[in-house]
Amino acid sequence: METLLPLMVGTLFAAGLYFILHRHLFKVILGLILFGLATNLFLFVIGGLTRGGSAIINEEQTVAVEPYADPVPQALLLTAIVIGFGIQAFSIVLIRRVYMTFKSNNLDELQKENEAQ
Amino acid sequence: MLYAILFGLLMAAVAPLLHRLLGRWVAVPMVLAPLLLLGLYFSFMPEVLQGHAVVQRHTWVPELDINLQFRLDGLSLLFALLISFFGALVMFYASGYLEGDPLLGRFYLFLTLFMTSMLGLVTSDNIFGLFVFWELTSISSYLLIGYKQAEKEARVAAWQALLVTGLGGLALMAGLILLSVAGDSYTFSGLLERRPEVLEHPFYLPAVVLVLLGCFTKSAQFPFHFWLPNAMAAPTPVSAYLHSATMVKAGIYLLARLSPVLSGPDVWHVSLMTAGGITAVLGAVLALQHTDLKAILAYTTISALGLLVTMLGIGTDEAMKAMLVFLLAHALYKGTLFLVAGGIDHRTGTRDLNRLFSLGKHMRYSGTAATLAALSMAGVIPFLGFVGKELLYEASLENYLLLGICLVTGVAFVAVALIMGYRIFWHKGEEKTQVHPHAHFRLYFPPLVLAFGGLLLGLLVNSQALPLLQQGVRTITADPSLELKLSLWHGFTPVLGLSILTLLLGLALYLALPWLGQRAAVLQPLYRVGPDAAYHKLFELFLHGSKSFILWLQDGHLRSYVMYIMFFFCGLLLFILWRDTPGIDFNDRIYQLQEVRLYELVVLFLVISALVYLLGTRSRLTSIVVMGLIGYSSALFYILFGAPDVAATQFLIETLTVVIFVLLLHKLPAFIYLSHQFMKYKFIAISVVFGALMTYVMLLVQQQAIPSQLKEYYGKVSYLEAHGRNIVNVILVDFRGLDTLGEITVLAVAALGIFSLLRLNPEKGGKP
Repeated sequence: METLLPLMVGTLFAAGLYFILHRHLFKVILGLILFGLATNLFLFVIGGLTRGGSAIINEEQTVAVEPYADPVPQALLLTAIVIGFGIQAFSIVLIRRVYMTFKSNNLDELQKENEAQ
Repeated sequence: MLYAILFGLLMAAVAPLLHRLLGRWVAVPMVLAPLLLLGLYFSFMPEVLQGHAVVQRHTWVPELDINLQFRLDGLSLLFALLISFFGALVMFYASGYLEGDPLLGRFYLFLTLFMTSMLGLVTSDNIFGLFVFWELTSISSYLLIGYKQAEKEARVAAWQALLVTGLGGLALMAGLILLSVAGDSYTFSGLLERRPEVLEHPFYLPAVVLVLLGCFTKSAQFPFHFWLPNAMAAPTPVSAYLHSATMVKAGIYLLARLSPVLSGPDVWHVSLMTAGGITAVLGAVLALQHTDLKAILAYTTISALGLLVTMLGIGTDEAMKAMLVFLLAHALYKGTLFLVAGGIDHRTGTRDLNRLFSLGKHMRYSGTAATLAALSMAGVIPFLGFVGKELLYEASLENYLLLGICLVTGVAFVAVALIMGYRIFWHKGEEKTQVHPHAHFRLYFPPLVLAFGGLLLGLLVNSQALPLLQQGVRTITADPSLELKLSLWHGFTPVLGLSILTLLLGLALYLALPWLGQRAAVLQPLYRVGPDAAYHKLFELFLHGSKSFILWLQDGHLRSYVMYIMFFFCGLLLFILWRDTPGIDFNDRIYQLQEVRLYELVVLFLVISALVYLLGTRSRLTSIVVMGLIGYSSALFYILFGAPDVAATQFLIETLTVVIFVLLLHKLPAFIYLSHQFMKYKFIAISVVFGALMTYVMLLVQQQAIPSQLKEYYGKVSYLEAHGRNIVNVILVDFRGLDTLGEITVLAVAALGIFSLLRLNPEKGGKP
């Protein structure tokens, strides 16, 4: 799985970037979400994969025993996911607002309108 | 000596305050400060005259060999005395020249800052120290040239001077660093000791080129001479002090300082003689074509600087003697003439030669000073200028070309001296110039002092000036036993003949000037292709070029910016991968593939097929659902590889995202394809490259995994110290609790933003 997961993450990155490069607002959001997902998985995979053994200390022990997953990337990931959600939610609402105001779903047209003003 | 510098900086800093407190009496402390420094440097005189250098060290950044090392030898002391003596006179003069100027305090700030940095420059032994002071003189020169900030001419000239000398300064920095690498020393005294290594090092040539670039820009050598005449937009005291007597001689000083280290190879001598010779003749010729007093003086200054550089290029003991004596003589007479020109400007309101006649009646003292200085400039016995000129001829006797250069400049100097010392003051013209009746003591006293200085030093050249000049020459030639003999009268030698010939030719040239002036118009088209014009062309080209480049680069499209970032990122990554070429061990990889479980493959297949579907779909609702699917699948991976907390979060977040999406779906734009077909392929290409690179990077990182000590640490202490069994949770709420607080804050800010965006109502007066 160590070999296949990077392939999948690479595909996610590619798809995310492809969507971000579009000028359609909705697709840009989709791209952002995909890119965020890919980045999280990237961190996770790079931090090292451990099957099973979650980073929890058993009732009988006072210290963790191998095999257990590296808790540091997980802690980072949790933060990243939550903050990523904040960005996603904000951008969705922002785009709704832009769409309502300008009646346009095209990033380029927004610019032109800006210049016209 | 550090305290001298600190004292100067302090005086500069308090100058505006003093001006506010003392009003016009601010001049008193500002004149006393340089006098105090002058006394301080005089106190070092006996030690230096015995041939010892006064050395002081203060460590600053020892790790980088950047230290404040001061070293006062004959050359430094000569310059330091000149700078502080001139400083006192110019400060005094300025109080009269700029009387009533509301910005006088600021002027004193700049001027004192300049004087201090100049003193630091000539006493610094560490190359970085010298560079810092060198740049400080450029900056203070910029501020002083642009002192009349309301005038566009002054601003342009200031900017030009800063750019030219600043770029030269950068070259100098690089050159000095190369030198210090070659000689393995960061001080000039250290470089001198390791001269053979420096000369043979491959860095010698680039270092010389860069150092010369720095010195030539600073000392206005051809083809960088153009900034100096423009710098005359500064108030006259500044022109006299910076752009004639001291700052432009910083380049000469550094060349003299480095001469014992770098001279020897032909490249040094030839480039100095070439640049200096061209500059000397060019300055002399251009000086005669102008009618503005300050322009004439500026061009003769350029010419004199050219002569000094030529002498340094010749490099013989005679030439070094001539260089140093002429430098002193020039500073004295040119300073006088500048100050007199300022006085004339002040009294008559003009500096145009053709409107100034018989000023001598009204400006007796200034006239006397100008005449004395002019006599020194022309090289008439018994002035110091005469001694200097004799030495110049003596040093260049062996080469006819050099002799010719000296003769041409000498003749032009005589003609200019006749203009400055005779024509405008004593010549009876057909019209009278209006002269403001009130003579100003502060405007004629300093030039008188300087002019008499030139006369006295000439008369007493044997006794008074000699010891210090001798120490200076010994420094430049690095020959501690060299004897300097100066005398007014050499007997009837060929050199005396040349001096007399110069005077006669100069007189002839002066008489022929009106006739020549009518024909000089032919040369006008030449000025349009000169370096000054080239500078402005280049400047415009640069502005225009950067404008269109920025417009091309920053076209306002999000995708362009993302694309540039990705291009750069991928390029950098590819470069690193290509350079280090760490391969991936594929055998090991294939072996690993055997461990793959079936359920893992199922989830993987789910993600990939969902992605493919997402790329093709045109429905917004479908794409939201598919996005959710991908999110849930990645959460499954977190579960499979021991991260239940992450998975839980991912499930929650994914659900929330889908809910928000669906709630707002009817208010979101419909799905249509907007980009061109060609763009699509471009996007696909860059995306695929990027994705492939990321995969490759991940595989590489996995192959060279670094064992984490943090994992072990948290595994040990999370229960014992923080009393929590779930290590991830313990990290989040305990070990890195502050980070989590930051995260919550970010979410709160995002929530505030969302809330206000939703509540914002354009129809009710809220602006979109």
